Amino acid sequence: MFLEKPSLLEEPAITPDLVAAHGLKPDEYERILALIGRAPTFTELGIFSAMWNEHCSYKSSRLHLRALPTKAPWVIQGPGENAGVIDIGGGDACVFKMESHNHPSYIEPFQGAATGVGGILRDVFTMGARPVACLNLLRFGAPEHPKTRHLVAGVVAGIGSYGNSFGVPTVGGSTAFHTGYDGNILVNAMAVGIARADEIFYAKATGVGNPIVYLGSKTGRDGIHGATMASASFEADAEAKRPTVQVGDPFTEKLLLEACLELMRTGAVIAIQDMGAAGLTSSAVEMGAKGDLGIELDLDAVPCRETGMSAYEMLLSESQERMLMVLDPAREAQAKAAFVKWGLDFAVIGKTTDTLRFVVRHRGEIKADLPIKQLGDAAPLYDRPHVATPAREAIDPADAQAPISNAEALLRLIATPDLCSKRWIYEQYDTLILGNSVETPGGDAAVIRLGDGPKGLALTTDVTARYCEADPKEGGRQAVAEAWRNLTAVGALPRAVTDNLNFGNPERPEIMGQLVGCLEGIGEACRALDFPIVSGNVSLYNESSGRAIPPTPSIGGVGVVDDVSRTATIAFRRPGEDILLVGATQGWLGQSLYLREICGREEGAPPPVDLAEEKRNGDFVRTLIRTGEVCTVHDISDGGLAVALSEMAAVGGVGAAVEAPENIAAHAFWFGEDQARYIVATAPERTGAILAAAESAGVACRRLGETGGPTLTLGGETAILLSDLVGNFEEWLPDYMAGAV
Amino acid sequence: MNAAIILFPGSNREGDVFRALKAHGAPKIVWHGESELPEGTDLVVLPGGFSYGDYLRCGAIAAHAPIMAAVRAHAERGGLVLGICNGFQILVEFGLLPGALMRNAQLRFICRMQHIRVERSDTEFAAQYKQGQAIKVAIAHGEGNYTADAETIARLEGDGRVAFRYCDAHGKLAKSANPNGSINAIAGIYSERFNVLGLMPHPENLIDPLVGGIDGRGLFASLAAG
Repeated sequence: MFLEKPSLLEEPAITPDLVAAHGLKPDEYERILALIGRAPTFTELGIFSAMWNEHCSYKSSRLHLRALPTKAPWVIQGPGENAGVIDIGGGDACVFKMESHNHPSYIEPFQGAATGVGGILRDVFTMGARPVACLNLLRFGAPEHPKTRHLVAGVVAGIGSYGNSFGVPTVGGSTAFHTGYDGNILVNAMAVGIARADEIFYAKATGVGNPIVYLGSKTGRDGIHGATMASASFEADAEAKRPTVQVGDPFTEKLLLEACLELMRTGAVIAIQDMGAAGLTSSAVEMGAKGDLGIELDLDAVPCRETGMSAYEMLLSESQERMLMVLDPAREAQAKAAFVKWGLDFAVIGKTTDTLRFVVRHRGEIKADLPIKQLGDAAPLYDRPHVATPAREAIDPADAQAPISNAEALLRLIATPDLCSKRWIYEQYDTLILGNSVETPGGDAAVIRLGDGPKGLALTTDVTARYCEADPKEGGRQAVAEAWRNLTAVGALPRAVTDNLNFGNPERPEIMGQLVGCLEGIGEACRALDFPIVSGNVSLYNESSGRAIPPTPSIGGVGVVDDVSRTATIAFRRPGEDILLVGATQGWLGQSLYLREICGREEGAPPPVDLAEEKRNGDFVRTLIRTGEVCTVHDISDGGLAVALSEMAAVGGVGAAVEAPENIAAHAFWFGEDQARYIVATAPERTGAILAAAESAGVACRRLGETGGPTLTLGGETAILLSDLVGNFEEWLPDYMAGAV
Repeated sequence: MNAAIILFPGSNREGDVFRALKAHGAPKIVWHGESELPEGTDLVVLPGGFSYGDYLRCGAIAAHAPIMAAVRAHAERGGLVLGICNGFQILVEFGLLPGALMRNAQLRFICRMQHIRVERSDTEFAAQYKQGQAIKVAIAHGEGNYTADAETIARLEGDGRVAFRYCDAHGKLAKSANPNGSINAIAGIYSERFNVLGLMPHPENLIDPLVGGIDGRGLFASLAAG
């Protein structure tokens, strides 16, 4: 017979230590006392801990998030729902969001990353959309850190295992390494789905007395307090938190997807919410609070996979692959049949009420009775003190020249961890399932076709944390501009953004200053580029042993392609084409990878972003692609012009010879990271017209050289063999993962 | 052609193969819990995916699904059966094809474009290809490392039952062109009567010039023409 552990059923007394262990500050506890007029029960304390932690309440960031632009005529649903929704024409809607699973992935990389993917997929199909693509943004510690290799292997395998089995292509991402992430990696996962614009499902409950139905996997003791864990910084005891990491089951999630979509088609679903962070508590409270209704739950009806679970455990479990729905009572039987067919649990565990209270019963006792609106809406809101990051000096190119040739510097740069090929990673993801992957990883943005076309989506994830650290506002602007530029470079019209704000401890004014600065820059850029934010996630307390990560506001961008046969790729396609540089080059070396990797200096102000110029140059390039004038385009970002050229040559297997202008130091021209720039290749007979069009549009554009031959030649430098370029580009990551670096 | 695609819980490339077959007549989707195939079925397709999550040996549980008895009867009557990726794994677990598919040699899932060489073109599955032709297909699997005992391999080779081998773009076999360590670079095999084909690659993902190319079309066109 199974013996129940007494400690799980006996409720401990509420002491200051217990309150602190729940991540609640003394003043927050005072607020709870004032709110309910008595001491909370142990179960209630758990509920407050789950709802008022940073992860669920956005208590430090909410004030500043309000200033972000979230509206546009094509926005159907902005932030606040499971995912954002935009109209992409033809009656279709695109549903997408990005979310972090940083802490769990550091503790247990495979499951942490896998459940990150599972969670974000649920957010998307909860809204009635069928997922069509996943992306991710990964940041690891220094390659030489003893845990990095293990974390890369586990995270990549975990992402792959979930997406591959679930059956959605992982089409893009971004991976970089820096010692600032040694004790706190970032795993941000993005999912994108498609639904009919008039068939979106929301979390808002309606109707009194309607059944609340539990669907999916059974509840176990995994992931209890996951959201609270995600809201605290790491100390040396990170390993001990392994039990707070959930375990993923992509097979069940695939069944849940099919069953949910089948159920939604019946018209039985009034409201639906996935059980993500803070599990049953958060999903039930959100559905009630959004609909101005109370919720009563009977925990005896919750399907459990372990015996003897307490109310506290059931309410805070983050077991995966679970959903909560409010159903039309008239169609309950029909709904149940769909779930039984797919072999999933289906249980009525409560009902909506008109009391505006969240009432939980278990074994004949009332375990919680709390005002539902206040659990969500009255969560603490902080205007935390913040100080701006001190401005850094611009770097004079003359003071930043390595004692090696530019050709040598290029060969070294493309073999560095941040710039090298990520093939070892993306070949572990099924990039091709669904048969719509027009552009797979390795280009500026992924392109997927929708159905049988011709319409498609372009997708990207971006952020340059070293810019954000040096100048949060400029870095925030650049992250958005970079995503917008990547979408533009394949020919898409950038439409909307999901963001994932990864920062350190907001209680420290300098960290709060990074958050405020980045948000200011992000907001400015999104406004200037007509690129509203429709969903997102905030991940704070990314610190280990008192050291914060570099500020990393990830930007997930979505663009619309009218005709997927009119897109551009980065590959040089044939010899004898003219290579044109769009955008002005000053030779900005501050915070460049040349400065960091070749000169060993992480210094200076990051390149400024002129948003009007971004828009002008991008609109110009997009028009060239859409009118069929060019089909080879690459945006210039990390590593500068020379790195972009080498990628175009390496991918296309066609070399190039290019010249630098006289008036800029050659190394600054080749490796400067000036913004708003693109390289395009075109047939020589079109060059004159393109240059003339650029001039009349006020866009800087000049001919750099031409494609052809087996080498890449930068100005007067030694020609570099393409085979050497490809070798250097491809070898670092596999060698590193094999332990050979 | 009347094709029936078997849908197991966890199948996920059924839509891809549906699309490839659609040009040759609308295929039917058959739930794994059924016991009969639709009347007049010419071709049974076991699609790619992770049936039952593949938490046990890949395909091991699906091989016990109710519909599989009807699939066996269909094959015994000489009906055509095509198992792709997870479908191939199910067919070897079920015993319609010999051998086993082990973890990839490098122990990682691998997805990329890959060439395979058409070993013979006198079958109902490959008539539209030329013998020795290298075709580009997609691969996406973690357990595609084909193996069998020496006697079985000798019989497969001796009877000409190897359908496809992994190769480079020029049709040459090379260690670097074998993505998963399969013995003799085997990517697909036929049954003794050549009416059952199992293969790891995904020809159904190469049917469109905009999405990788059209080298996969030949297999479906061959089936339709046969």
